[in-house]
Amino acid sequence: MARGLSPLMRMGKKYGLEWWILLIGAVIILAIIIMAIFPGAFAPFNPHDQNTGPQLLPPGGSHLMGTDNLHRDVWSRIVYGSQTIMRIAILAAILSSFSGISLGLISGFSGGILDRILSLIMDSVYVFPGLILAIAFAAMFGPGVFNITLAVAVIYIPTYFRLVRGQTLSIKEELYVEAARSIGASSFTILWKYIFPNVIATTVVVFTLNVADAIMIEAALTYLGLGLPPSIVDWGMDLAMGKKFLPSGQWWLITFPGAMISILALGFTMLGEGLAEILNPRLLER
Amino acid sequence: MVLILLSILFVVLRLTPGDPVSAMLGGHAPERVIEQKKEELGLNRPMVIQYLDYLWQVCRLDLGESMVFKQRVTTAIAEKLPATIELTFFGLIITLFLGVFMGAYAADRRRQIQDSAIRLYGIVVYCIPVYWMGLMLQLIFGIWLDILPIAGRTGPRVFASTFEKTGFYILDTILVRDFSALGDVMIHLILPSFTLGLVLSGIFVRLTRANMLDVLRADYIIAAEARGIRHRKIVYKHALKNAFIPILTMMGLQVALLMAGAVLTETTFSWPGMGRLLLERIYLRDYPTIQGTIIVFALIVASVSLIVDIIYAIVDPRIRY
Repeated sequence: MARGLSPLMRMGKKYGLEWWILLIGAVIILAIIIMAIFPGAFAPFNPHDQNTGPQLLPPGGSHLMGTDNLHRDVWSRIVYGSQTIMRIAILAAILSSFSGISLGLISGFSGGILDRILSLIMDSVYVFPGLILAIAFAAMFGPGVFNITLAVAVIYIPTYFRLVRGQTLSIKEELYVEAARSIGASSFTILWKYIFPNVIATTVVVFTLNVADAIMIEAALTYLGLGLPPSIVDWGMDLAMGKKFLPSGQWWLITFPGAMISILALGFTMLGEGLAEILNPRLLER
Repeated sequence: MVLILLSILFVVLRLTPGDPVSAMLGGHAPERVIEQKKEELGLNRPMVIQYLDYLWQVCRLDLGESMVFKQRVTTAIAEKLPATIELTFFGLIITLFLGVFMGAYAADRRRQIQDSAIRLYGIVVYCIPVYWMGLMLQLIFGIWLDILPIAGRTGPRVFASTFEKTGFYILDTILVRDFSALGDVMIHLILPSFTLGLVLSGIFVRLTRANMLDVLRADYIIAAEARGIRHRKIVYKHALKNAFIPILTMMGLQVALLMAGAVLTETTFSWPGMGRLLLERIYLRDYPTIQGTIIVFALIVASVSLIVDIIYAIVDPRIRY
C-alpha cells in the first residue's frame, strides 16, 4: 500500500499544491460517479417513497439527512439526484465542445465571410450573461432532460469556438501544414490529421471547468423551476422545495442538496485547475 | 451585438411550441376567441414582417406592450431596473474590496501558507452556487441569529411610496431625509449584496493575484524596494495601482456573471428586480417583456464595457483613443 502511494507522493513533491488540488478533485468526482452508477448500494430508500417515516424529521437515526415534507428520505434523494445532474452536465459539455470545436476549426481554417459571421455571433453570445441566456432557452424549449441539456450546452459553444478558432488560425500558418498541403492533402485531412490533434489538448482543461460550470447552471435552472418535470429527482429542485421550509428552520432540506452541488462543482474545478497548471509548466513559476 | 442576440431570440421564441395566446386564455378557450386575440396582437402576420416591425420599434426605444398585462414593457422595466442596479452595485463593491485585497495579500505572501489558503478560498467560493450561498446566509443570519431580514427591499413598516422618486431606495431616502427608512433599506441590502459579493470575489482573488505576481516582479518594484520604501506601501500602493488596469478590464467581462448572479440572488431574496421580472414573464410567455428584459441586459453589458474603456483611459494616462 505504501509502495503504491509513493508515485503519488513523488508527484506531490514535484508539483506541490497543484497536484493535491488535482487529486482531491479526481477523488470527489470518482466518489460521486460511483454513487451515481450504483445508487442502490448507498441509498436506503427509494427516492420517491413517501412512506419512509414521519415528515420533516431532522437528520439522525435511520434517516442520515432527515426527511422532507413528503416523508421522503433526503439522503436517498441526494444519491439518486447525482445521476440527473451528472448526466446533464457531462452531456451538455460534450455537446457544446463537439459543436464549438468543429465550428471553430471550420471557421478558423476557411476564413472569409463565414468566419466573420460566425465570430460575430459567437462573440455576442459569449459576452452575454450565460445563465440569462440559458433561462431564456430553457423556458422556450420547455421542461425535459434533453431540453435542459441543450439549453446549458448552447451557452458554452462560444467558449470552445473562440479557443479553437484562435489556435487554428495560428497552426494553419505552421510549416508542417504547408508541407501537408504541398504533398496534396485535402482540406479535411489537414483539419483532421494536422490541426485537430494540436488543438484538442488545450480543450481538455476547458472541458473540465466547463462541466463544473454546467453543474451550477443546471442546478440554477432547476432551482428556478425551469427545466425538469417533478418526477425526476434533482438537487436543484430539492433545493427550491427546501427553500419553502427555511423560515420554519428545517435547515437540512437546503443544506445538503446545496452542499452536494458545491462539492461536485468543486471536484471538477479542482481537477481542471490542477490539470491546467500541470499541463502548462510555465504557469508553475507563479 | 444587441441586434444579433435580439434576432436569435426572436426566431427561437417564435419557433418553439406553446403560444402566449393559449397560455393567456387558458387551455380550453374556443378556437374563434384565440384567432381573434392573435389578430389583435398581430401574431398572424408573416414572421419577417413581425420581425422588421419589432426592430423598428426597438430603434425608437419602444419595447412594445406586454401581451399579458395592459402595460408598456418600458414601464415595467423602469420599475424594476433600479432595484437590480442597486443590488449589483453594492455586490460589485464588496467583491472588489474582498477580491482585490485578498489577491494582493496572497501575491505578497506567494507560496506561503496564507497564499495557499487564499487560493483555496478562491476556488471553493467560486464553486458555491449563488443561490445556495444566499439560502445559507438567510438561514444563519435571518433565522438562527435572527438579526437580518431575508426578503424584499424594505420592512413591513416602511412604505416605499413615501419616498420613492428614482427607484434607487438609498438615494431616495437620503433625498427626503428619512433616515429610519434609509437604515431599513440598508439592512435589507446587506444579505443579498454580500451573497453576490462573496461568490464573485473568488474570481477577483485569482485575477488580482496573477496580475500582482507579474507586477511584483517588475524592475520598478525592485527599485522601490532598494530605495527603502516600506514593503507594505510598495505592495498596496505602487504594485496594486499598476495591477489594477488588467483587473478593470476583467471587471468589464465579469459584469455578465454579476448579472447572472443578480438574477439568482433576486429570486432567493424576493428582490423585485429585473431577474424576477424575467422569470415571472417567462412563466406567462409574455414575449415582448421577455425580449425587452433581455435587450436591457444586453445593453447593460455593452454599456459597461464602454464605461470600462473610458475609466481605463482615465486611470492610465498612457492610453489614448
